[in-house]
Amino acid sequence: MTYQFDFGAVLAYWPLLLEGIWTTLRLTFFSTVFGILIGAFCAVIRTGGSSWARAVISLYVEFIRNTPLLVQAYFLIFGIASLGIRLPILVGATIALTVNIGAYTTEIVRAGIESIHRGQLEAATCLGLSRTQTYLHVVIRPALERVYPALSSQYVLLMLASSIVSSVGVEELFGMSNRIQSETFRNFEIFVVLGIIYLLLAMLVRTGFTLLGLAMFPRRRKLGTSL
Amino acid sequence: MSAIVELKDVRKSFGNLEVLRGVTFNVNRGEVAAIIGQSGSGKSTALRCMDRLETIQGGSMLICGHQLHDDDVDLKSLRRDVGMVFQSYNLFPHLTVVQNIMLAPRMVKGIKAKEAREIADTVISKVGLREKMDYYPEQLSGGQQQRVAIARSLAMEPKLMLFDEVTSALDPQLTGEVLRVMEQLAADGMTMILVTHEMAFARKVADRVIYMRDGKVHEMGSSDILRTPATPELASFVSESAEH
Repeated sequence: MTYQFDFGAVLAYWPLLLEGIWTTLRLTFFSTVFGILIGAFCAVIRTGGSSWARAVISLYVEFIRNTPLLVQAYFLIFGIASLGIRLPILVGATIALTVNIGAYTTEIVRAGIESIHRGQLEAATCLGLSRTQTYLHVVIRPALERVYPALSSQYVLLMLASSIVSSVGVEELFGMSNRIQSETFRNFEIFVVLGIIYLLLAMLVRTGFTLLGLAMFPRRRKLGTSL
Repeated sequence: MSAIVELKDVRKSFGNLEVLRGVTFNVNRGEVAAIIGQSGSGKSTALRCMDRLETIQGGSMLICGHQLHDDDVDLKSLRRDVGMVFQSYNLFPHLTVVQNIMLAPRMVKGIKAKEAREIADTVISKVGLREKMDYYPEQLSGGQQQRVAIARSLAMEPKLMLFDEVTSALDPQLTGEVLRVMEQLAADGMTMILVTHEMAFARKVADRVIYMRDGKVHEMGSSDILRTPATPELASFVSESAEH
């Protein structure tokens, strides 16, 4: 083997890598916030809405879960653009990721909601709480707490999957690495560095979710137990 | 004495199964009524109908002035007037004791936090658990959880309290502590209807005992009917219960 390793050649491009990391984190952050909101909203409708609303939501969920993210991203960025609606590429990519993760979140949160015992709802009903109040104060928080581990895994996966939007031209971490690779031809080095950066980012997202969980679920913070 | 609860020929079916087959009885303000009977006799269903957790299909039911068979019955107002305590406590696990108690007064009555906290102080003292205010339900024993559930209902200042086999999941010692709280409530003049298997408690506290069998009231009277039953069915039910 005569190959000479030169990580320095790759690391010299650190400003590009940093820019890529920043874009990946922004994509992940916004898709996470909107994804959780969409997911929680759709899960509530899917468990308690009118039958046509449920049908619409399950159509959305099944469509997204059974088509490739790449196709969804191409459709939302290029397909929509050909209708004359032009969005900044980063906005389009965020929408594509959000629509995708929203469907998965819906399913996870729905499982959480369905795991809430009927007795909890009856107690809330007997205390005079309205349906909305019951969902807000009795159902959603324990439901999220129950599925929180699955939810945080899904969002780590989202961060990793965001590399796909590089193929529609978003220069996030993977896109940037491709650029560095084509300029340096240091294939081995760049993908080792890339792997390590993704690993660290995944740990960062996981830690973020753990901290958010401690803030959102004081009972878990105090007792260290799950529901 | 005015009746706060009036059931007339109440009927209720689940599918083909007729669970209530014409139930009629009254409970007056300030009275304690114990509904007893075998499993499947319809006693819990009758109780659940009183808070409209189940809807009735025939007859009439007047609870605290609300006609429950009317479609336009004001459920919010009904549930302000009626408190319910369940066998499985049903405390909200993610909320502390004080948060469990304050939730409904704040959300349903729109009471401010400070005032709701004072209400919580009062009702939790009534059930003797002031020192557990900031505990989570899972940190409490079954008996303590049930006492919190009673306090949570009391915080809404109901006119009528319904108890659905509230001690069935508890061992004798914990049962005792819950029954003492209920006895005190009765002594304070609360109108109470309890579905129970605690014959000794019914004998001691109930003003009215209602024995249900096959979806109907089979025998009814003061707690004396537990000592001297008029029907052979109640006699055998009482003697079977005594053996357990």
